[in-house]
Amino acid sequence: MSDKPTRWVGTEVPRVDGLEKVTGAARYTGDLKFPRMLHAVVVRSPHAHARVRDVRLEQAARVPGVRAVACGKDFPFHVGIYLKDQTVFATDRVRYVGDPVAAVAAETPEAAREAAARVEVDYEPLPVILDVADGMAPGATLVHPDLGSYECVPWITPKGGSNVCNHLKVRKGDYEAALRRCAHVVERSFSVPQVQHVPIEGHISVARMDGAGKLEVYTSAQSPFTVRHLLSACFKLPHGDVRVVVPHVGGGFGGKAGINLEPIAAALAMKARGRWVRVLVDRSEEFYAVVVRQGLEATLVTGVDKQGKVLAQKLLYLWNCGGYGGYGVNVVRAAGYTCGGAYEFPNLWGDSIGVYTNRPVGSAYRGFGMQEIHWALEQQMTMVAQEIGMDPVEFRLRNCLGPGKSTVTGQVLDEHSGRIDLCIRKVAEELGWGDGRKEPNRGRGIACAVKAPAMPNDAASSVLLKFCEDGMLEVLISGIDIGQGLKTVAAQFAAEALDLPFDKVRVRGLPDTDLSPYDWQTVASRQTWATGNAVLRAAENCKQQLLGMASRAFDAPASRLRLANGTVLDPETGRSLPFERLVMGYQFDDGHTIGGPVAAAASFIPEGLIFLDPETSQSPKPVAKWTFGAQGVEVRVDPETGQFTVERIVGCYDVGKVVHPSLIRGQTYGGMIQGLGTGVMEELLLDPQTGRPRNASLTDYKIPTTEDIPEKLEAHFVETPQADGPLGARGVGEHTMIPTPAAISDALFDACGIRVTRMPITAEKVRAALQAKKKEQPTP
Amino acid sequence: MTQRITVRVNGIPETAEVAPDRTLLTFLREDLDLTGAKEGCNEGECGACVVLVDRKPINACLMLAVEADGREVVTIEGLAKDGVLHPLQRKFLEHQALQCGFCTPGMILTTLGLLAENPSPSEGEVRRALSGNLCRCTGYRQILDAVQDAAAELRGTGKGAAR
Repeated sequence: MSDKPTRWVGTEVPRVDGLEKVTGAARYTGDLKFPRMLHAVVVRSPHAHARVRDVRLEQAARVPGVRAVACGKDFPFHVGIYLKDQTVFATDRVRYVGDPVAAVAAETPEAAREAAARVEVDYEPLPVILDVADGMAPGATLVHPDLGSYECVPWITPKGGSNVCNHLKVRKGDYEAALRRCAHVVERSFSVPQVQHVPIEGHISVARMDGAGKLEVYTSAQSPFTVRHLLSACFKLPHGDVRVVVPHVGGGFGGKAGINLEPIAAALAMKARGRWVRVLVDRSEEFYAVVVRQGLEATLVTGVDKQGKVLAQKLLYLWNCGGYGGYGVNVVRAAGYTCGGAYEFPNLWGDSIGVYTNRPVGSAYRGFGMQEIHWALEQQMTMVAQEIGMDPVEFRLRNCLGPGKSTVTGQVLDEHSGRIDLCIRKVAEELGWGDGRKEPNRGRGIACAVKAPAMPNDAASSVLLKFCEDGMLEVLISGIDIGQGLKTVAAQFAAEALDLPFDKVRVRGLPDTDLSPYDWQTVASRQTWATGNAVLRAAENCKQQLLGMASRAFDAPASRLRLANGTVLDPETGRSLPFERLVMGYQFDDGHTIGGPVAAAASFIPEGLIFLDPETSQSPKPVAKWTFGAQGVEVRVDPETGQFTVERIVGCYDVGKVVHPSLIRGQTYGGMIQGLGTGVMEELLLDPQTGRPRNASLTDYKIPTTEDIPEKLEAHFVETPQADGPLGARGVGEHTMIPTPAAISDALFDACGIRVTRMPITAEKVRAALQAKKKEQPTP
Repeated sequence: MTQRITVRVNGIPETAEVAPDRTLLTFLREDLDLTGAKEGCNEGECGACVVLVDRKPINACLMLAVEADGREVVTIEGLAKDGVLHPLQRKFLEHQALQCGFCTPGMILTTLGLLAENPSPSEGEVRRALSGNLCRCTGYRQILDAVQDAAAELRGTGKGAAR
């Protein structure tokens, strides 16, 4: 961290992948041509829960043009990032509508479809569990009877013999005793349905195993190295014999984290050696067959004293994980150690429980559980404030976290942890909070957000910097630019540290596990921070190499020299050498040469992280960093129809350092609108009996369009430097969609006195609430 | 059974034998390797495949290649001339009107179709025209700003918006 003025970081440099994206030059996985590529079709379960008695592939294999058929018998291997509860294809049972049972690969899509139709599967239907209450009920049918024997990371606690795939307990202070001292107690329940990521590019993977046994995979994914690691573990291949390449990615939002279609593509590729096999999902399957966001049922009890200080807080989060929890178990965990949101609760009893059901598979989704729990917690905080007659902003400021305050795990925040209070104040000021303005059917609401990177303690990034002969710097990263602007940010840090003209930096894609340096995953809002740090370290190393060579060239102490706009300068003599005279080694006039091609690798891994206590989740530093923020919204309601318009969203986040002003604004606007979508229109609907999806198309499942966005979107930032952040920066990508739905709900309450606790807030729900309110209080 | 078609694509006549059920999108992407038009939904809902057919924005996934016979198609690859960006492309860059970039070609071509018809659209008209082009990344704000800025520049220079 430094107060030195910056040249590139914090400025409006051009987006480095912009040109290829506006010209159509950017190639995504589906744009690549593979010679004689085979087309795959996946046979998916039509049942939400059934035993698989038998799978017969003989008829399918006979279809002309079919080159590979595969099912669970062929690959009974487990896969999963944190909990290995899934197999490549269902073996003994299917657990959601869309569960892969078999797959075929053929010379043409038509032949593949024909063959898929001839795969014969004998199912024996089992009771279908769709709700967490049914999954938790005593004697409930077990979705995973073998749960107790699955392999998992040590910080996940599946309960064998039940449908609980993870349970995090947070115990702090003495909740029961504190509750007895409270002047007011508020208990409310909230719920969030499963929703879908809806990237405009759906999942797609292309794989080949060559004659020598090397597996190559081109895939639309957020995490090439994690895909390689999990493929290696699944198919028992050495990591060095698996290559994963990620071209441009058309949106991820968490749905392309971890591993998805890659094992199916790999399995077919192993059956059709030497041939490329492409597996993709159509838009309908994208909604239910790969991954979705988990549902949540939350119950909160809050006890406050007369002065508006929360003394006792209880939280129960029941997560609807769907048929598999391989990734979702960590959402459950993150929601546990963040259960108190942006507030200090001295006495807290929290439980975050993941429950298997027969819904689509819950997984990572931008926010990683945080939008869902903030939907509950933020509305609860407003309701508590109203109960005691206190202004909701004042109440939040009285109870929020900050330097010296203690989180639910007992971590004491310091002056580098970010300032939620400043974010709340900024948003309140922008909204004109407390100005007494009250117009009929218009309202304002504010909600907070906090999130930490939810990742293993050893989640690392590394980078490689090297130079071209003309002095141009090449930056190799394996974080994925899924749109957030990572390549641009990496170029900014590199140009900054080496004082290079910005156009003398190239950030290399496509990340390729054979060639690129290791990176754990592009998730958790961690890339600017982790890759940024690694870039700065590698740049420092390159800088020392350049100074060392120039020192000998100038016969001057290196400590006197400095980098200046692509040269090494000796300020005392005024002598300078451009990088191109140094980066391949420096040659003296007599011909003798020193140094050599300048290059450096560097890594970043968060230090000092301590596991949670298994019984209480207490830990002095459970996560690498926190990012805080708040949003305010203004709404207008039509009291007759329940239709409402979100007219304005104002956000403020403490990002440590604004690395690129218009990129971070764009990321914030995008998050707000994704937040608006989940808040007011999105819900994956299933048939309540069969568990079959009812709105699996863009016609029936609406996401925001240009006509749905508010007139005004505003993004503000606070810059409290992160101690271990590159030039003080911390992540913010996910946080931008966390508070939006709760803020909208509060604004609707402010506008017309109704409260919707089941997301999404549709006009129908608003109208019903208005009518119910009218009945309760007949007009005099 | 195939049918012989000739389509003028980005100014170049392309003749091919195509199956009657081949979509314009597949023809462009598979036969001509013009992959700027994306397949996002294949059902006319997302707009990622929009190209201009006789200067009008069309979801290429919903049009058959044989229907394009004898017509003029412009794809994103045809906008920049000799490496010089179309003003609309430049404005998308200047306003950070793209993130993952998957919707960008369709977004730009739909806008181009709009500006050809209406060089001075109101914000409401732009919103309506682009409402069939889904973007999950940007929240659209910077796209709308880029469109207005480009429209102003195109009016100022007196050049028509579409080619």
